[in-house]
Amino acid sequence: MSRTILVVAEAKGGVLRQVSYEAIGAARTAAGDGGTVAAVIMGSDVTRLAGDLAVYGADCIYSVDHSALTHYHPEAYFAALQAVMQEVRPDGVFFGHTAWGKDLAPQLAAALGAGQISDVISMDTDDSGELLFTRPIYAGKAMEKKKFMSTPWIVTIRPNNIPPLAAEAGRTAPVTAVAYPEPPLAAVIREVVQNTAGKMDLSEAKVIVSGGRGVRSAEGFKPLEELADVLGGAVGASRGACDAAYCDYALQIGQTGKVVTPELYIACGISGAIQHLAGMSQSRVIIAINKDPEAPIFQVADYGIVGDLFEVVPLLTEQFKQALQT
Amino acid sequence: MNIIVLVKQTFDTEEKIFIAEGGVVEDGVKFVLNPYDEYAVEEAIRIRDDMGGKVTVVSSGPERAAEALRTALAMGADEAVLLNDERIGADEHAVAQALAAFVGTEPYDLVLGGNFSVDNGAGQVAVRLAKLLGIPHVSAITKLDIADGRAVCSRDAEGDTEILELPLPALFTAQQGLNEPRYPSLQGIMKAKKKPFRELTLDDFGVTAEARTARAELFLPPQRQAGKLISGEPGEQAQELFRLLRTEAKVV
Ligand SMILES: Cc1cc2nc3c(=O)[nH]c(=O)nc-3n(C[C@H](O)[C@H](O)[C@H](O)COP(=O)(O)OP(=O)(O)OC[C@H]3O[C@@H](n4cnc5c(N)ncnc54)[C@H](O)[C@@H]3O)c2cc1C
Ligand SMILES: Cc1cc2nc3c(=O)[nH]c(=O)nc-3n(C[C@H](O)[C@H](O)[C@H](O)COP(=O)(O)OP(=O)(O)OC[C@H]3O[C@@H](n4cnc5c(N)ncnc54)[C@H](O)[C@@H]3O)c2cc1C
Repeated sequence: MSRTILVVAEAKGGVLRQVSYEAIGAARTAAGDGGTVAAVIMGSDVTRLAGDLAVYGADCIYSVDHSALTHYHPEAYFAALQAVMQEVRPDGVFFGHTAWGKDLAPQLAAALGAGQISDVISMDTDDSGELLFTRPIYAGKAMEKKKFMSTPWIVTIRPNNIPPLAAEAGRTAPVTAVAYPEPPLAAVIREVVQNTAGKMDLSEAKVIVSGGRGVRSAEGFKPLEELADVLGGAVGASRGACDAAYCDYALQIGQTGKVVTPELYIACGISGAIQHLAGMSQSRVIIAINKDPEAPIFQVADYGIVGDLFEVVPLLTEQFKQALQT
Repeated sequence: MNIIVLVKQTFDTEEKIFIAEGGVVEDGVKFVLNPYDEYAVEEAIRIRDDMGGKVTVVSSGPERAAEALRTALAMGADEAVLLNDERIGADEHAVAQALAAFVGTEPYDLVLGGNFSVDNGAGQVAVRLAKLLGIPHVSAITKLDIADGRAVCSRDAEGDTEILELPLPALFTAQQGLNEPRYPSLQGIMKAKKKPFRELTLDDFGVTAEARTARAELFLPPQRQAGKLISGEPGEQAQELFRLLRTEAKVV
C-alpha cells in the first residue's frame, strides 16, 4: 500500500523542532513503498528551513511564509494549512503532539470530518497490513492500539518516542511556495510573553532533573539547575513544588502537567504520587533521590539514593563535571 | 450571558487500571468530573454571577455520567443535559458530532470545555466542536476576561503566554491555573436535585454520530520494577550512581 502523507513541521526559535523529524520518520512508515512524504512549514521567514526537512527524509516541501504567521494563531495557521491540503490531498497527516499540534490537528479533523488518533508513541501494522497506532491512555496506566475506519486521517505524535530517519547530508527536495490566503481573523494576538525563550522544552529534553516539595524553596532548585546544565538537560517539577510556588506551573510533570519520556529522569525530593508517575514513568532510566526510604518513587526507580538531596545533588554534579571534562 | 460547559466523567486520577475481556474494568471505580472540566464549570459560574445569565452543562456518556453533571449542578450550574445514546460512537469525531447537534439548537454566547480528559486524553473534542459550530476558539487558557461582547484571554503554549482578544460567541478550553474550583456545598448538593436535567438522544436532533477510529487492542504497559538502592556515604553514593549510569544504564 502506498500513500501520500503530509507532515506538519513546526519551527520554534527559528529552528525546526525535533518532533518534526520524528514525524517524518513516522510518515515514511505510513507512506509505504512508493509512497510520498510531503512536509509543510508555516511561519514567517521559514522557507529557509525546507532544506533540513529534505535532509531528514521529506520528498517534497510546501512553505507558507507570511508575516501573519509570525506567532501561532489558531485561525491563521488553519487557513494556511488548508491551502496546503488543497495542493497535497494527503491520505494521512502527522503533527507533533505539541501546543500547536494539539490546537491545529482537531481543527483540521473536524473540517474534514476525519478521525484523529492523538499522542501516538509507536506504529505497526496488523496481519492485513493495516496501520495500528499505539497511544497511552489513563495517563500511561494502560495502552491502546487504534486504527482508522476512513481516509483521510490525522495523527499527533508524542515527542521523543518515534525515531527520526538518519540525516542524509546533501539530500534535496522540491520546495513549493503556497500563498497565505489572508482570511479575515476573529481573534487578535495582543501579546506573546516568552517565559521559555532559550530554555529547553521539557517534552523534548533527553535528560530531566525534577524537583518536588522536598526542594523546599525556589532557591532550592539551584542545585537541580546546575545538575541539569551539566547534563544538557531541562528542569521539571512535581505539582507539590508548583503548588508551593517554588517554581512555575509550566514545569509541572504528571497527569495534569506535561508527560515526558526522556532518556534519564532524576527525581529529587518527589514522593512519587500516582499522578506524578503518570507523567514520567515511561522515561528510559529513572533515578530517585529522597530521604524517605518508603517513598513510592523508589518503586519505579532504576536507581535510588536514600539521602538528602542538598548533599547528594551537588556531589553528582561534581562527578559529571569531572567526567565530562576529561 | 448563556454559557454552555462541556463536561466529561472520568476515572479518578488515583485509580489503578485493570483489564478484562478487552475493556477497562469499571466495577468499583470512583468516577469524577474531569479535573479540567471543573475549571471550566468554575469559570462559567463566576462569569454568570458577575454578568447574569445561565450555565448549562452537557455531557455525552452513559447513565453514570449523570453523576458528573450533578456535581457541576451542585457547584452552581443551572441546567444539565445528558446525551445518552449507544449509537454515539466511541471516539472524538462522534462525540463532537453529538455535542454539535445539541449546542447548535441552544442559544449561547460562550462555550467552555477542558484542555483534555485525564483518561482518554485526546484533547480533541472541544476544539472540534468550535470548528463544527463555526466559532473561534482559544485552547488551554489560564485567564479569561469578558466585557462588551469580547473576550481577552491568556493561552498557555508550553510555558509561553499568548494573550488573545476575540468576539463572542467563542469557545475556550481550560488549562490548570485558570481558577481554583469550589467544592460543592451541602446546600448546593440539595439545590442540584431540583435543577432542570434533560436526557436526550440522537433522535432529538435527527443526526448520526459514528466513530472514525476503532480500538484494535488494549493492554497494560510493562510494570516497572524497583531497581537498586545505592548505599554508603553521600560521596560514595554519587560516585557509584555515576558509575552505574555509565556502565550499566549507558545513559551518560
Ligand atoms: C486531580 C489531581 C491531579 C494531579 N496532577 C498532578 C500532576 O500532574 N503532577 C504531580 O506531580 N502531582 C499531581 N497531583 C498531586 C499529587 O497527588 C501529589 O500531591 C504531588 O505529586 C506531591 O508532590 P511532591 O512529591 O513534590 O510532594 P510530597 O508528596 O510532599 O513529597 C515530598 C518528598 O520529598 C522528600 N524530601 C523532603 N526533603 C528532602 C530532602 N532534603 N532530600 C530528599 N528528599 C526530601 C520527602 O521524603 C517526600 O517524599 C495531582 C493530584 C490530583 C488530585
Ligand atoms: C471502547 C470505548 C468505549 C467508550 N465508552 C465511553 C463511555 O461510555 N462514556 C464516555 O464518556 N466515554 C467513553 N469513551 C470515550 C469517548 O470516546 C470519549 O468521551 C471521547 O472519545 C472523548 O475523547 P477524550 O476523552 O479524549 O476527550 P478530549 O478530547 O481529551 O476532551 C476535551 C474536552 O472535551 C470535552 N468532552 C470530551 N468528551 C466529552 C463528552 N463525552 N461529553 C461532553 N464533553 C466532552 C470536555 O470539555 C473535555 O475536557 C469510550 C471510548 C472507547 C474507545
